[in-house]
Amino acid sequence: MQARSDFKWATIAPSVALTAYLAIVPLGFLLWQSFFTPRTAAKIAEFTLDNYRVAYTSAETARLFVNSVQYAAGSAVFAFCVGALLAWMNERTNTPFKTLFFALALIPLIIPGILFTVSWIFLASPKIGVINLALQRLFGTDFVFVDIYSIWGMIWVDGLHYSPMAFLLMTAAFRSMDPALEESAMMSGAGVLQTAWRITLKLAYPAIAATLLILFVRSIESFEVPALLGLPVGIHVFTSSIYQAIHQYPSQIGLACAYAMTLLLITTGGIYFQSRVSQRGSKYSTITGKGFRPRPIDLGRWRYFTAAVFVLYLLLIVVLPFLVLVWSSLQKFYAPPSLAALQNVTLDPYRFVFGHAPLAASVWNTLLLATGSATVIMLVTSVICWITVKTKLPGRWLLDTLASVPLMLPGIVLGLAILIFYLNFKIGVYGTLWILFIAYLTRFLPYGMRYNTTSMLQIHKELEESAQMSGASWLTTFRRILLPLLKPGLIAGWIYIVIVSTRELSTSILLYSPGTEVVSIVIWELWENGQYVELSALGVLFIMALFILVMVAQLAGRSFGVKEAH
Amino acid sequence: MLKVHQLCTEYTDARGRVVKAAQDVSFEVPSGKLFTLLGPSGCGKTTTLRSIAGLERPRSGEITVDDSVVYSSSTNVFIAPNRRDFGMVFQSYAIWPHMNVYQNAAFPLEVRHRNHSRQEIREKVMRVLETVGLAALADREATGLSGGQQQRLALARALVMEPKLLLLDEPLSNLDAKLRERMRFELKRLQQELGLTTVYVTHDQSEALALSHQIAVMNEGRIMQIGAPRDIYERPANRFVADFVGTTNFIEATVASGLNGAGHYRMQTALGELVARSVAPLSNGEHALLSVRPEDIQLSQIRPDGVNVCEGIVHAKVFLGEYLDFQVSVGERILLARAHPSITTGVGERTYVHVPPEKCIALNDSQRT
Repeated sequence: MQARSDFKWATIAPSVALTAYLAIVPLGFLLWQSFFTPRTAAKIAEFTLDNYRVAYTSAETARLFVNSVQYAAGSAVFAFCVGALLAWMNERTNTPFKTLFFALALIPLIIPGILFTVSWIFLASPKIGVINLALQRLFGTDFVFVDIYSIWGMIWVDGLHYSPMAFLLMTAAFRSMDPALEESAMMSGAGVLQTAWRITLKLAYPAIAATLLILFVRSIESFEVPALLGLPVGIHVFTSSIYQAIHQYPSQIGLACAYAMTLLLITTGGIYFQSRVSQRGSKYSTITGKGFRPRPIDLGRWRYFTAAVFVLYLLLIVVLPFLVLVWSSLQKFYAPPSLAALQNVTLDPYRFVFGHAPLAASVWNTLLLATGSATVIMLVTSVICWITVKTKLPGRWLLDTLASVPLMLPGIVLGLAILIFYLNFKIGVYGTLWILFIAYLTRFLPYGMRYNTTSMLQIHKELEESAQMSGASWLTTFRRILLPLLKPGLIAGWIYIVIVSTRELSTSILLYSPGTEVVSIVIWELWENGQYVELSALGVLFIMALFILVMVAQLAGRSFGVKEAH
Repeated sequence: MLKVHQLCTEYTDARGRVVKAAQDVSFEVPSGKLFTLLGPSGCGKTTTLRSIAGLERPRSGEITVDDSVVYSSSTNVFIAPNRRDFGMVFQSYAIWPHMNVYQNAAFPLEVRHRNHSRQEIREKVMRVLETVGLAALADREATGLSGGQQQRLALARALVMEPKLLLLDEPLSNLDAKLRERMRFELKRLQQELGLTTVYVTHDQSEALALSHQIAVMNEGRIMQIGAPRDIYERPANRFVADFVGTTNFIEATVASGLNGAGHYRMQTALGELVARSVAPLSNGEHALLSVRPEDIQLSQIRPDGVNVCEGIVHAKVFLGEYLDFQVSVGERILLARAHPSITTGVGERTYVHVPPEKCIALNDSQRT
């Protein structure tokens, strides 16, 4: 007996220790560091409130705050309006080709933010933007119709890119609503508008609030759009300012920390309110009864209009961005699409990409990091979830909370925290692939928790107990009973983490060093160097690789009975 | 009052296949009566109810209430559900969680076009809440109600608008057994007191037998038999009805000869010769299926006089409190008999089986399964 329980603790203890370490240490150090002056060769670090004083007394910070909130709120509202309208059309009306649309609308989630932003620069920049050039030729003017380098441009690109997320969340909200609630209003004599206003909207209110908050938090954390569109014209938000504070010389770590703490407060508040709203809303989403399929609203001739909205949306979010990247990837130097430029079509950028030595290394790094972190996270969180779901251990809620802490950390803040921690504690991690590995483990830990908790909850306690009654030890039970039963969730979570870590940029941007680049960093560097056509070629290949990965995931999902990866 | 004529409703399921949910369904419900659609899940009873409600658009047929057409495929009439003035109770109750008890019940009066004053609404709502016994809980959060209370509230909400027709979709199926029995009596009382014409959907045969004036047994989208509860139980029209409503013993038989009087026939069966009754005329040599209810089989240790007696051995018996279930083997066959607990014949002992001829029903065997 003694030996058996030793194995149990030998598995549990390191898992708990790792989780606690990943979640607390960098965050704690970030907080600590924000109160100190930088340690240099000449003098040691001293306690100071200067970082906050500098950060909060400058008018620059006020502008930063206004910009960030305006940008995040704008793109959250925009993404929500687009996503909610599409979800309603898809769930509640008889628009043709709905199922096809549902599959296609999720594609943008695959496209990395940096590529989506770059393609919209090609489409809507004032000088080379295809849209401007086309409209200018049409009307014979040199008026700039759309300018992507503006706060509205930033809201447009970010909101559009994350509208599929709003679409998914609102679709789930519509689906979790018992259609009988609306039908009984109809039977009570309420018309379509009365039902929509007094029942549907009121019932969806918690979901709407939660969706808006999720979108707001995600958008205030985003790095690619503010960096590519905001920085060149001096529109600063928190994330891009943290990046700048680190990348100027000498780097101002204290200031970056103060910004990071402010950003962290905003996101924590957002997530706190979101969970409050969701909790209050849980009593609203009561799916009971037999869940009769809701009768879709017959739009009559208007359904061609809604179908056209679908097509337009897909054009803006998938077709145009991808086509402009393909076009650019076939040029020697970037030139907007035209007949003259068609003469210059070449495969040179692809040759460059395949011959680019750092790229081969970065692909290898990316694969290593993605599969490695996905594997470790899924295994460790399966143990953590077992503790939080299956045991009555006091303090297990703390473990659950700890593992969710990284959710509140914007990618760039996490990067910053890890950067300064390992700069100060030289244990040979800084400058190697390990620091990225630790960062990925931390960043994606909550996803592993989410997947494993869901499937752990579905495993009945008696399945484990009967294994114990059959004489199996804890470790054997875990290995032979729990892990196989968790398999669908494990695989789904693993694939999801591989996909998101492959696209990761905002954390890596602060942590990479020459030799440890990942693919998204190579794209970033190509952008910085102005190698647009090479970037496009790499982007096209990257998107296709991700697309294949997602297809494989879907296939695997079907054969393993995996729930969809979102 | 309600007249459903040759109703056909179909829908496309999640995989894009067309499901014919209701086919050629016709029935009439007289004013003030309770009519039940009874059948297994997927038999089309709910679809039929939803077609009457207007929540489902039928393919063809006609539905009239009090001589006003609410749906007709031939004249292309379809009245929207919110203009039909029918009250409906859903299986899930569909209590709106963002309103309290009073607001839930008042909603139909507030959205109706004939305007009621605040005072009127208040009076009507309180009266109906009184009727269902929820007046004391009027200000309670609707989500805090128990299952039985939610059910009453759903009923109150359907009644408050004084509907022309009350539609009930498995209203008792989410309650526990004891509560279900109590609500069954209460429903019957309310329905009779208010004289409401009601269409009731259920898969529970005892509920149907207890509540209804008339029952339509449905299977695979079609009505198998319409009749009073007693007719359905005692004179099932076919194998499906006999099997679905109550338990029964089926005995294969061949008609030997007709007897004069009330459609009685002499039959050749595995149990020997039996005299059975048939509604439809049968000819000699024709195949028939006999249905004998377990409670109609009389067991005795002394051989009774008369026809339809055979000898058997008690194979097994189960004590169920109010009665005993006997499995009696007669030749190759095992018959199920329900007997009074006073019968003490032991397992393995001989017993005589007697079936009164009028309880031995010859079914239309055209739909053998």
